[in-house]
Amino acid sequence: MKFGIVIFPGSNCERDCYHVIKNVLHQPVEYIWHADTELADFSCIILPGGFSYGDYLRAGAIAHFANIMEKIKEFAENGGYVIGICNGFQILTESGLLPGALQRNRDLKFICKNIPLRVENTKTPFTSRYQEGQVVNIPVAHMEGNYTVDKKKLASMKKSGQIIFRYCNAEGEVDEASNPNGSIANIAGICNRKKNVIGMMPHPERVSEKELGCDDGVHIFLAILENMLKVK
Amino acid sequence: MTVQHKKVKIDKEVIAQHGLTDAEYKKICRILKRKPNIVELGMYSVLWSEHCSYKSSKPLLKLFPTRGSHVLQGPGENAGIVDIGDGLAIAMKIESHNHPSAVEPYQGAATGVGGIVRDVFTMGARPVASLNSLRFGPLSDPRNRYLFSGVVAGIAGYGNCLGLPTVAGEVYFDESYSGNCLVNAMCVGIVRTDGPPVNVEGQVQEDEFGPAIVKASAGNSGNSVLYVGSATGRDGIHGATFASVELDEKSEEKRPSVQVGDPFTEKMLIEACMELIRTGYVVGMQDMGAAGMTSSSSEMASRSGVGIEIDLAKVPLREENMSAYEIMLSESQERMLVVSKKGAEAKVKKIFAKYGLHAIKIGKVTKDKNLKVKIGSKTVAKVPAESLADNAPVYERKSRRSSYLSSVQKLNLKKIKLKKGNYNAEFLKLLSSPNIANKAWVYEQYDHMVQINTLVLPGKADASVLRVKGTPNKIALTVDGNGKYCYLDPITGGKIAVAEAARNLICSGATPIALTNCLNFGNPEKPEIFYQFEQVVLGMVKACEMFNVPVISGNVSFYNESFGNPIMPTPVIGMLGLITGKDGKEAPHTTMGFKHVGDIVVLLGVNREELGGSEYLEVVHKQKAGMPPQIDLAFELQLQQACLKMIKSGIINSAHDVSEGGLAVCLAESLAYAENGVAGLGASVSEELREDALLFGESQSRIVVSLHPDNIFALRGLLTDVNIPYSIIGKVGGNSLEIVSEGKKLINVDTQKIKDAYFKSIPASMGG
Repeated sequence: MKFGIVIFPGSNCERDCYHVIKNVLHQPVEYIWHADTELADFSCIILPGGFSYGDYLRAGAIAHFANIMEKIKEFAENGGYVIGICNGFQILTESGLLPGALQRNRDLKFICKNIPLRVENTKTPFTSRYQEGQVVNIPVAHMEGNYTVDKKKLASMKKSGQIIFRYCNAEGEVDEASNPNGSIANIAGICNRKKNVIGMMPHPERVSEKELGCDDGVHIFLAILENMLKVK
Repeated sequence: MTVQHKKVKIDKEVIAQHGLTDAEYKKICRILKRKPNIVELGMYSVLWSEHCSYKSSKPLLKLFPTRGSHVLQGPGENAGIVDIGDGLAIAMKIESHNHPSAVEPYQGAATGVGGIVRDVFTMGARPVASLNSLRFGPLSDPRNRYLFSGVVAGIAGYGNCLGLPTVAGEVYFDESYSGNCLVNAMCVGIVRTDGPPVNVEGQVQEDEFGPAIVKASAGNSGNSVLYVGSATGRDGIHGATFASVELDEKSEEKRPSVQVGDPFTEKMLIEACMELIRTGYVVGMQDMGAAGMTSSSSEMASRSGVGIEIDLAKVPLREENMSAYEIMLSESQERMLVVSKKGAEAKVKKIFAKYGLHAIKIGKVTKDKNLKVKIGSKTVAKVPAESLADNAPVYERKSRRSSYLSSVQKLNLKKIKLKKGNYNAEFLKLLSSPNIANKAWVYEQYDHMVQINTLVLPGKADASVLRVKGTPNKIALTVDGNGKYCYLDPITGGKIAVAEAARNLICSGATPIALTNCLNFGNPEKPEIFYQFEQVVLGMVKACEMFNVPVISGNVSFYNESFGNPIMPTPVIGMLGLITGKDGKEAPHTTMGFKHVGDIVVLLGVNREELGGSEYLEVVHKQKAGMPPQIDLAFELQLQQACLKMIKSGIINSAHDVSEGGLAVCLAESLAYAENGVAGLGASVSEELREDALLFGESQSRIVVSLHPDNIFALRGLLTDVNIPYSIIGKVGGNSLEIVSEGKKLINVDTQKIKDAYFKSIPASMGG
């Protein structure tokens, strides 16, 4: 019953995730070093945001060759919970754990702001505390968050409930004006077919305490915790 | 591979090329008791440049108060440090990167951030916030738009990658910055004063804050000198001399003088240094900033009264055939000099290797007080370390009252006709003028939330407020400057710069405790420019003394001229405030947005007929003229203390200082950021003033607060006790901003229109 947070060279949200798990959820949590070749007994692995390897080459492209990623793939195949946030999402698509790719933002500028998301699927271990169609406010902070995938794959993802979050307006309407980065179908977060691996561009750890103005994000971590307990 | 420099004959031309005067050259000869060789000449030229030596500004900078009960480290180190209690301290500094940014905006600004961040973490602090102050020419000129977008992208590219939130800043536009933009970057870090935390097994643990204060000193002879970080290339050679000359058409040719940043390596350096400091093996560290190897080695040696001997053959190089001259002067980024205890080299190396970085022993600390540079066994330079670092000539520059002042200070208001109708059009024009309009286009490119401490997001308050995890305390940060006020009346401008920074912190609920400054001026060898510098500093000194805020670090940037035209004198103040909790409970902080329909709006202070130097006068009537608003520092202090007391007592729902654009703009901003569905305000102000001065005048010492009607009685009590004038001016509600005076509707504009003018202007100028 332990959370693990992977540190790649250039990760920079690992402390934020650590703080939320340890001081908000009061759960055991440990850092995992990218060069490690063994994975201890974790129930959930977090790939945090940042600029792994400087995002030189392509965001997330180098990180997927890190030693630990082999073990994380095995962990995911065995049904372990994996959540990739921002750069972590990019690493998950680069390593094939999630479909599609993340390109540069439509306007070629870094975007950091609070943004409303529509919850599309609550039947996952990460979103089970939300209501379907609920609007949650979770900030984005990225240069490469423009999600893309081929049409055929997109159709099958829709069908199998793999689309988890979409950018929307305050009323929950998914429209072009609410799309901050040009993502196909306003996609902000997706999961794999088995629903044990999720990737999302917005940062739930940044809105997990009322003190910071909003705690919409903490429910993702709480949902993981509740579902970890059920699996156990 | 290192090569011997070909023999260079040092003649008048070579000396001049190095920016040294004849007298300075003779002084070098006297120190060395011989002629310098070319390597030594290069070293002196950079360390004795204005940028490194402060030779023109030193006598005046001494006037700043630098001590206080909180101050642990004043000016003279990589960064200043103040104690904030609970075993923690704040390290901070601001620095300019103006000229590099004018030539190559992205890299110039990026490396500006990189340099100031290194100044903070070399003190042992973990960087927790970045701020910046920017000046450009008008956005109507495509080159200014190119500089503006390049600088913002550069700051974003570097800071975001480090995971360092950029939490506050300011941007102004004026023709005088067209050829010479200003990029001042500030960094704030937190360091433990009670040593790194230790777990039950006695092992030192990683944590949120920097482990312990480290200084840039070499310690005792026998210590090891290590080179850490990126390899050395030819970039930035003579960057420091470049920062000390005016820009002209040849400046574009100096592109190789601009360094290229690698934020990923810097991020690795931060983590490696934090880990290294926890081990206790470190004696001192210094960034290889301006004049890289020369400044770091000579300054560290000089501070400890020792010498340093280094072997350039051991320095990792990125390019072939570099000479000693080039290595000693290179300004390649992301490099540091670390002095460790003798025998700890292997441990230092192991930590740096973990992060993929070099850590190579290149020399040792010696007794003889010389900086001795060798290539293998051959000595290529040998000079007293102190002479480089601390014995640069100091100049008492001539000062003469600037001749333009008499004419620009004249303002005949009678020539400006008052309007029969309302001022809606003028009001909207002001709200959308780039100096006043919202800067989300800028700060949304910066990651301002990472590290999850940002309690008040940019734009929402006069200062940014950050929590300090694990304590009930919060810090507030602001960066401020008004070049126009300083241009019109330097001494008043200097006072207002400090007063406004303090007022911004107060409006957030914080007590100001320390400041860092970046003083941007033209060529100090011109007496009329030096007069501006002298007067601004004198004004700042008065204000620092009145508010009891010490200066703990800073930077002077002279020669900000292009084609002989100086920038407006632009002191930039970075100020730190503290919101101390009590008994483990946090104290309140405030933002500027109105919070509830029915709240009463109160103006603290007095409206005066002061239009000189206002945005209104410039934007609407195309005049940059008049005396800036006057300031009574004693009254300002009283007003600030009263406001702070009200915030602390919890009776205030919002606070916002009245600054550029005057009262009307101040109210509009509180509406633009209103919460809980608040969308309007009806205000009534009656004073015997010109209507435009009442709406748009920039009189100092004014703050607008809002509060629940039940708290009016408490407010009255508080203000009457200290004799602060105030007036109840309105009530929150409705869908528009209405300002009435003497029965006349001066302004009546829908809040949506206000928001459109305020939020959409800069994106429209920049094409989205």
